[in-house]
Amino acid sequence: MKMRKGLWIQVLVLALVFSLILVLVNNISTNLIRSGLGFDFGWLNRTAGFALAEHVLPYSSSDNYAWALLIGWLNSLKVIFASLIMATLIGFFVGILSAGRNTLLRFLASLYVTFIRQIPLLLQLLFWYFVGFLSIQGNLIGPFKGILNISNQGIVILGINLSAEFSALLIGLSVYSGAYISEIVRGGIQSVSRGQWEAFRSLGLAENIGLIKVIMPQALPAILPGLTSQYLNLAKNSTLAIAVGYSDIYAISDTIITQTGRAIEGFILLLISFFFLNIIISNCMELLNNRLLSYQKH
Amino acid sequence: MRSLLTGMLSITMLLAGCATTGEKQFSRLDLIKQRNSLICGVSGKIPGFSFLNSDGTYQGIDVDICKAFAAAFLGDPDKVQYRPLTAAERFTAIRTGEIDLLSRNTTLNLSRDASGGNSLTFAPVVFHDGQGLMVKKNSAIKTLSDLSKESICVGSGTTTEQNINDAFESISVSYTPIKYQDLNQVVAGYLQGRCMAMTSDRSQLAAARSGFRKPQDHVILPDVLSKEPLAPASLGGDHRLSDAMRWVIYSLISAEEQGITKENINEKLIQAKNNPQLKQLRRFLGVEGNLGEKLGLEDKFVVNVIQATGNYGQIYNRHLGPNSDVPIPRGLNELHTNGGVQISPPFN
Repeated sequence: MKMRKGLWIQVLVLALVFSLILVLVNNISTNLIRSGLGFDFGWLNRTAGFALAEHVLPYSSSDNYAWALLIGWLNSLKVIFASLIMATLIGFFVGILSAGRNTLLRFLASLYVTFIRQIPLLLQLLFWYFVGFLSIQGNLIGPFKGILNISNQGIVILGINLSAEFSALLIGLSVYSGAYISEIVRGGIQSVSRGQWEAFRSLGLAENIGLIKVIMPQALPAILPGLTSQYLNLAKNSTLAIAVGYSDIYAISDTIITQTGRAIEGFILLLISFFFLNIIISNCMELLNNRLLSYQKH
Repeated sequence: MRSLLTGMLSITMLLAGCATTGEKQFSRLDLIKQRNSLICGVSGKIPGFSFLNSDGTYQGIDVDICKAFAAAFLGDPDKVQYRPLTAAERFTAIRTGEIDLLSRNTTLNLSRDASGGNSLTFAPVVFHDGQGLMVKKNSAIKTLSDLSKESICVGSGTTTEQNINDAFESISVSYTPIKYQDLNQVVAGYLQGRCMAMTSDRSQLAAARSGFRKPQDHVILPDVLSKEPLAPASLGGDHRLSDAMRWVIYSLISAEEQGITKENINEKLIQAKNNPQLKQLRRFLGVEGNLGEKLGLEDKFVVNVIQATGNYGQIYNRHLGPNSDVPIPRGLNELHTNGGVQISPPFN
């Protein structure tokens, strides 16, 4: 009897969800037809007519909208993967420091985490861009002349030219996500029992070797799930690129939607592209996780 | 529990049913009257057009147009709710019904008007503008081709983005667009030296320059890249609302043609009432005939409008005239009798 009641509620909830979706789809399609617009993706093949400052593959304004979207997606990928690597480096470095025994370093690490976590990401990005880069007068060369060159046009490192927009976004996203990752790393390290530390010390292993060979392998299973969700967050946060003038997929869709008036189709494509991006990231992380687990079983 | 869920379901169905509005005759104009207030989409960031004052009120030519609409539709110019919108948000806001109409320096062009494009309907042009470029005076840039391979700050989601591309492509010069979503960011990027030039409508450049610390250090290049006729807009297919909007704008222009001002409107009204031979004036002010009724408005809507905002020239001079904060020569926006293109069809 009790189970039947539970079943009924489930059926009802399911019916509710389905009817909501149906109503929504019906609403959209009637309104689209009413304003003379059916679903149509034919515009993807039309000439874009706008230029882009950054493109990984060749692009000109006479290419079509579909190609412009692809360029935007690649621009997003570029900044996401670069900041993913940087955020991981920052996160592990700070996380290890804050789990360590040096009081000063531990204090500095917690200062960084507290400070970064209290400020909205959008403000941080605007800060890095308008205050960090655009306010630079002339060139910041210092002792690295010829190797590293920072100006309000961006960063030139070993001949690779990074625009001010890309650099601000890269630094902003990495510093922000790095703070969250460091907390996950600290939690992971602290979840390893104290006995393990004492064990490798009694074997006469140096602190850093013991950390890498003994503690980290045991901490990683606790770190990875949290790390995955931070990576996914980072990917989604990258859409704030539009605030600092970087042409990511969201910024380009924004232009395309205003030019074509195809808001609904544009957003559907945007949703799909992010869905695939995040599927790629979470699958890679799952693969890593499985590898790690099977490695530890042996 | 079950009755609660079915109740919720039926309410959602009901609400969704309302949102689709199957009836053919429905006009947004009825909704505005029912609500007894007009929701007007503006920019809020362009001095002279629509700008948020420190006391929380909006001011500018676009804002006065909203007031004229409210005076005509509801008899009270203050019954307006302003919604500040970015360039990219504005069309979605109008399509989803978040706002009744747009009075936000929006360029009229084919794609935006056509039902296969943005599917809007535009009222007559309230400001004829053209796209230009602003550079620093000491930069030695005199024409478009001097900007070869330089960065240019552009607002994204606007016609500006396409025009600048067309202009540079036609002279086969390459450039780097730095795109921001917001005009304030375009200005910040330009002032901080990220770009050699910024581009926007020339009126917006003048408005932005008026806020700089040293306006005299910046020049607007003589090149005019495009025609930018700025006009209020509503959702396409709603003829009653768009007709009413069209004739409110014409009433402002017609009032200027006839020399009817905010100051002398009451005099003119008495004059019209006492002189049956002044047919044209009597029709215009709604003393005779039913021109207002044909639009679904009060017959004296013109009187309400002129009492609220004055005529077109008065609105222009208040916000963009020689004594305003953003002086822009009237140029094309003069009446046709003074060498401009502003003209009103007859109120017959």
